[in-house]
Amino acid sequence: MTTARSIIPLLNRLISRSQPSRSVTYMHRPGDGAPRPVTLIPGDGVGPLVTNAVEQVMEAMHAPVYFEKFEVHGTMKKFPEEVLDSIRKNKVCIKGGLATPMGGGVNSLNVYLRKELDLYASLVNCFNMRGLPTRHENVDIVVIRENTEGEYAGLEHEVVPGVVESLKVITKFCSERIASYAFEYAYLNNRKKVTAVHKANIMKLADGLFLEACREVAQKYPAIQYNEIIVDNCCMQLVSKPEQFDVMVTPNLYGNLVANTAAGICGGTGVMPGGNVGAEHAVFEQGASAGNVGKDSIVAQKTANPVALLLSSAMMLRHLQFPAFADRLETAVQKVILQAKVRTKDLGGSSTTQEVVDAVIDALD
Amino acid sequence: AVNGMIKYEEVVIDNCCMMFVKNPALFDVLVMPNLYGDNISDLCAGLVGAATLVRGIALAEAVYGSAPDIAGKNMGFECLFHEKFGKSNCFTAEWCSMLRHLNLHDKADLIQNAILNTIAEGKYQTADLGGKAKTIEFTNAIIDHL
Repeated sequence: MTTARSIIPLLNRLISRSQPSRSVTYMHRPGDGAPRPVTLIPGDGVGPLVTNAVEQVMEAMHAPVYFEKFEVHGTMKKFPEEVLDSIRKNKVCIKGGLATPMGGGVNSLNVYLRKELDLYASLVNCFNMRGLPTRHENVDIVVIRENTEGEYAGLEHEVVPGVVESLKVITKFCSERIASYAFEYAYLNNRKKVTAVHKANIMKLADGLFLEACREVAQKYPAIQYNEIIVDNCCMQLVSKPEQFDVMVTPNLYGNLVANTAAGICGGTGVMPGGNVGAEHAVFEQGASAGNVGKDSIVAQKTANPVALLLSSAMMLRHLQFPAFADRLETAVQKVILQAKVRTKDLGGSSTTQEVVDAVIDALD
Repeated sequence: AVNGMIKYEEVVIDNCCMMFVKNPALFDVLVMPNLYGDNISDLCAGLVGAATLVRGIALAEAVYGSAPDIAGKNMGFECLFHEKFGKSNCFTAEWCSMLRHLNLHDKADLIQNAILNTIAEGKYQTADLGGKAKTIEFTNAIIDHL
C-alpha cells in the first residue's frame, strides 16, 4: 500500500530548512556567468599535479570559475587562518591531499579542515566506467560517510606506558544528520535503497545509536528501501556482489574502508569522484583515499591519475549550478576513458598526467 | 637472525582495502588489530569465493560470525576456512587445522584431500558455492572420499 509523496509538504520542508534561502528551481539570468571564486589548495605529493590538471581543463572550457590558490602542507602545525577565511568566503574549495605524518601525535590537516568547516558528509560515487573493465558489472554505489566524529574524534591517550586508549565518539545529533543527508540524497537522485553499515553486534552502544538514528530517519522516507549490514559482511558482499548496493551510509571509519573498497572494485581511487559537504561549505577532492598523496615515484615521473579530481571538479561545477559545464567535462573524461588510448599506470597504461589532460581537453566539445 | 629474510612494510588500512581488491597478489601475510582484521579477513573471503571457504586459525575455533539467516537451515556452514590455493569448505576443515597443530599431519592431509576432491568433483555443492546440496549430503560425500 504505497501512498504518493505529497509535493507540498516536501517543498515546505525544503524551503523552510534552507538557510540562507536557496531557490528550489534555477533559471539562469544575465550575470550568472560571472566567474565564481573557488579556493584551490594544491597540497602535497601528487596534489599539485592533479590540481594543475583541473586548472588547465577549467581554463580550456572557459568555465566561470577562478581559483584562489593557497599553499598548505601536511607538515604545517596548523591550518593557515587565511586559507580558512578564503574557504568561508568562497564556500567552495577544491584540494589535493595533505600528507599526514604517521604516528607522533600530529593530527591530520585533512581531518582538521573537515571538522573546522563542519563538513559532515563525505560522498564517494563509485561506478563502472565504460571502457574500464572490472570484475563486476552494473556497479553504482554512493558511499555517504559521517565525516566529523566516530573513530576520528582524535581522542587518544596512553593510560600507562604500553597501553593506549582510543575513544570512538558517536552522537545522536551527527548520526541523525548523516542519515538525513543520505536519505535526502537518495530521494533527490532517484536512488532506491539506503544501506546502513555498522558493527553493532560488537559496539552495541556506539553503533547501536547510529542505527537508531538511521531507522528513525528511514521511517520518514517510506518509498526508499532501508536495510542494515554488518561491516565485515559488507566488505565481503562488496567484493562478490556489489550490484546489490545503492546508497550506503556509514560512520567514519567504516566509511573510509567501504569507500576505498568500492572505489577499488570500480577501477581504483584514481578515478572515483567525491567531495565533503557541510551545511555551508563544500570541499571537493579525490573521492576515496583523499589523504593518500601517492608514492614519490609517481610524483617524480608525473604519472598521477587526474581523472578523480577532474570528475570531482565536475561535481563542483554542478554544486556551483553550472550543469552544462559539468556535463561537458564528464563527457570528455568518459570519452577519454572509453577510448583507452591514454591512461595512467593505475589503469594499466603508461601515460603521464599531462597526456591525460591534453586528451581530455581535445575531447571537449 | 632468520628474521632478516622477511620483508616488512606498513600500509594504511584504506589504501590496503583498495590495493586488496585491485591486486591481492601484492600481499602475503597481514597482521593487524581486531577490527581491521575482521574486515580484511571477510574481504579476503569474498575474494576467494565465499565466507564459508575461509579458515580461521584461532585455536581451531569457528571464528566467523554466525550468519543468522542460514544457520539452522541445513544450508550453510558456520566456520571460516581459508586455503591459499584451493577451495575447501567444511566444518571438519577446522579439525584439519587442529590436527596439524597437534602434529597429526597425515590425518589432516587425509581429510583435506577428501574435501578438495569433493569440491573438485562438483556433484555436491552448498548454496554459497552455487549448488543445492544440504550440509549433511556434502558431509557424506566427504566421508565417501576418505
